[in-house]
Amino acid sequence: MDVSLDLLIGAIVAGLLLGGFYAAVTAGISISFGMLDIVNIAHPGFIILGSYIAYIINIQFGVDPMIVSVVMLPVFYLLGTVIYQVYYLSFEKRGQESLRGLAFFFGVLFVTEVVLLLAFGVDYRYVEAPYIGPSLHFGPIDLPLRMLVPCLAALTMFTALQIFISRTFTGRAVLAVSQDQFALQLMAVDPVRIKRIAFGISIATASIAGALLVIIQPVEPSVGREYIGRVFAICVLGGLGSLPGTLIAAMLLGVVESITATFYGPSWAPAIAFGFLLLTLAFRPSGLLGR
Amino acid sequence: MSAILHVQGLSKRFGGFVALDGIDLEVQPGERLGLIGPNGSGKSTLVNCICGTLQNETGSVAFDGNVVDGLAAHERTHRGLARSFQLPRPFPSLTLADNLRIPMLYTVHKRAGTPLHAENVEARCAELLQMVGLANKGNHRPRDLTQVEMRKLELARAMAAEPKLLIADESMAGLSHSEIEDILALLVKLNESGITIILIEHIMTAVMSFSQRLAVLVSGKKIADGKPQDVVRDPEVVRAYLGE
Amino acid sequence: MAPFTLIAIAVATAVFLVIREPNIEYLFVAGYTIVQYIVLATAWNILGGYTGYVNFGSAAFFAMGAYSTVALVTFGNEIDELVPESLAPIFHLIFPLSIPTLIVIGGVVSGIVGFGMGYLTLRLRGAFFAIATLAMAVVLQTLVVNWEFVGGSGGAYIVRPGEFPGLGSYMQYLFALMLALAVLAIVTARAIERSRLGYGFAAIRDDELAAEASGVPTLRLKLVATTISGALMGMAGAPFPYYIGYLQPQSAFGLEYAVNSIAMPMIGGTMSWVGPLVGTLLLGTLQQVANVTISSAVNLLLVGLLLIGFVIVAPNGIVGLVQDRLRARRAK
Repeated sequence: MDVSLDLLIGAIVAGLLLGGFYAAVTAGISISFGMLDIVNIAHPGFIILGSYIAYIINIQFGVDPMIVSVVMLPVFYLLGTVIYQVYYLSFEKRGQESLRGLAFFFGVLFVTEVVLLLAFGVDYRYVEAPYIGPSLHFGPIDLPLRMLVPCLAALTMFTALQIFISRTFTGRAVLAVSQDQFALQLMAVDPVRIKRIAFGISIATASIAGALLVIIQPVEPSVGREYIGRVFAICVLGGLGSLPGTLIAAMLLGVVESITATFYGPSWAPAIAFGFLLLTLAFRPSGLLGR
Repeated sequence: MSAILHVQGLSKRFGGFVALDGIDLEVQPGERLGLIGPNGSGKSTLVNCICGTLQNETGSVAFDGNVVDGLAAHERTHRGLARSFQLPRPFPSLTLADNLRIPMLYTVHKRAGTPLHAENVEARCAELLQMVGLANKGNHRPRDLTQVEMRKLELARAMAAEPKLLIADESMAGLSHSEIEDILALLVKLNESGITIILIEHIMTAVMSFSQRLAVLVSGKKIADGKPQDVVRDPEVVRAYLGE
Repeated sequence: MAPFTLIAIAVATAVFLVIREPNIEYLFVAGYTIVQYIVLATAWNILGGYTGYVNFGSAAFFAMGAYSTVALVTFGNEIDELVPESLAPIFHLIFPLSIPTLIVIGGVVSGIVGFGMGYLTLRLRGAFFAIATLAMAVVLQTLVVNWEFVGGSGGAYIVRPGEFPGLGSYMQYLFALMLALAVLAIVTARAIERSRLGYGFAAIRDDELAAEASGVPTLRLKLVATTISGALMGMAGAPFPYYIGYLQPQSAFGLEYAVNSIAMPMIGGTMSWVGPLVGTLLLGTLQQVANVTISSAVNLLLVGLLLIGFVIVAPNGIVGLVQDRLRARRAK
């Protein structure tokens, strides 16, 4: 009994750390899907792209992956604005976002994965950093720094986003655009510009999430697909567009996944998130804290 | 005589915003009811709740003697409730004739129990298009139409469902004087054949000449309901339109 | 039988005989893949192009067909271990099941899966449905990977008989069956297009809210679309274990099925049965050539880029472009 309890506590702690990281991964989707209503299923692809960029620079120059991701923020932001512009002109303006917009992002996800596959092959890649390896110990609880540092970085980024959304003019404009585009126009703010900025930010978060991902686990091109379900499951469960809800849902998913992996084996983990998603969509589509 | 439409205590909120607050409304069979109110007063929301496009939180809607709460919109249409949308929602990839075919195939056909003959459907589509003044545009697509023509199509599509009660939501916006006369004449003719009509409009001359009874909605509440000439003189109504 | 159906059967027969002439086994192998995609693309388009609901999980429906075959064949091989002695003779009479029977069963299984998934998610917006299809694909793959009876992650071997009496190699038989399925898929799609059901689908695709208000029972029709689409995909998957010999979950649930089922109709044109056919023939042939000359990864990259390109530039696909050209010429 003692052993099981230790195992359970360990699983829960690991799950919480994982959950923090999941929140960072999902933050971008909370913005693009939750607030802007854009089903960007290519988001995990950008995260993996971020991972690989962090990996190359880390391996070549020994720079810490998180620093790489921060340096890459403007690049990812720019990429996001360009993609939004294409999406807007081709689909949103024509009112075709449901079928063609989805196919577009699916194509982008797919192309990203195949390009990475061609460039790097199927081998798992991992980065090197001083905090990968050592752990903190508090009694029966193990806190691998490999998980703890990304979790803390994730929470920092998440808090920064929340402050941006609730305190800055642009951030509040983003919230406004998600609720009432027309009213925003009446206030002489261009909704398209706001959405472009918001989408740019959502892709920028992928840069950071990618670096955190490759710290936590080795990556290969198809890893992104595992995260599609997780990301949307968390977003929907947390209530679309609610950043605090996303955090809670992410922690919840992390813990459930961790417990399942510990007691039933890791091969069931991918199904957990998706199962969550299907159940949430079927029974409580507005999520835990949704509007 | 029992009302064909009976709305009781209907309320609808969107998050914290109360769009409709305890609306009571009765419409008699064969009546011509006008519904007016400033923009944002909840007229379209009321229509959406009556027709099942939106679900109201509280209150009840009864149509033709039966409670329709919980029924999907398409089922209410089958029972004889039809509406046009304030912002036209045509089927963009279908021709105008095919736009009208949809309610015929799915409402009239359902009621009749037997499949309609192709020629009858064709003829009926042409007839409806003629009635609203779109006769030779049968095989055009909605994108070729002007805003005004799209509103006419909306009305024709609602008529194609052969309703007992037709709700015309701002079908006359932007029409010329003679076009308004045409549509009014059309609605009167429909009414004479037994169809109850609720007319939602901003064009006061049309509303006044058409309605047997007038209801006024302001900020989600019904503030007046009675004979048109009495309602327009009601101080509360005047205040709502002209401000304090 | 309707004239179109007869023509379709005639064309399929002609194709079979033409492919048979040079007696090169590879032609059957490549031809099977392309014709299989005709079925998948046409099936996808019934839900995607006609009704407007994107399915990212085509691979899952395909794999359900394949794995019901694997399960039934494995069961057939192990009757004596699994069934009480008294009942064994009955089972030995029924098993092994012929491939046409397996196809029907595969279709039923995938149809039920489609119905079930639709029931859970079709009340919500199209975007949620699309995400749910992705989710479902992963869940089903995880289940299969953990199901030892069908081989789990290690895979399953299905022995292909060497010959089919009267036809020649077994591959020819599989090819003929797939051609028959393609005929079925196209005839079904065309029948839907011209029917009351097709109008209902189009109304849902164009404006679901207005469709409801016009009396279209949108949920019911969407369920019909999902079920038919899923069933056809399952039927396409049922012979797959025989075709490939050794079936691993990664191949059955492979990404190329999801991408191609979407890319082929969207590039060909989603408004009618012609589009998926055109798209499949073009893309399918392109890929067979690319697989041999370049590499399968570059081939998939091309498909992805073409999909993005067409979706942005030519929303109605190749068929749409041709129609526009004809309309412009007629206007002159």
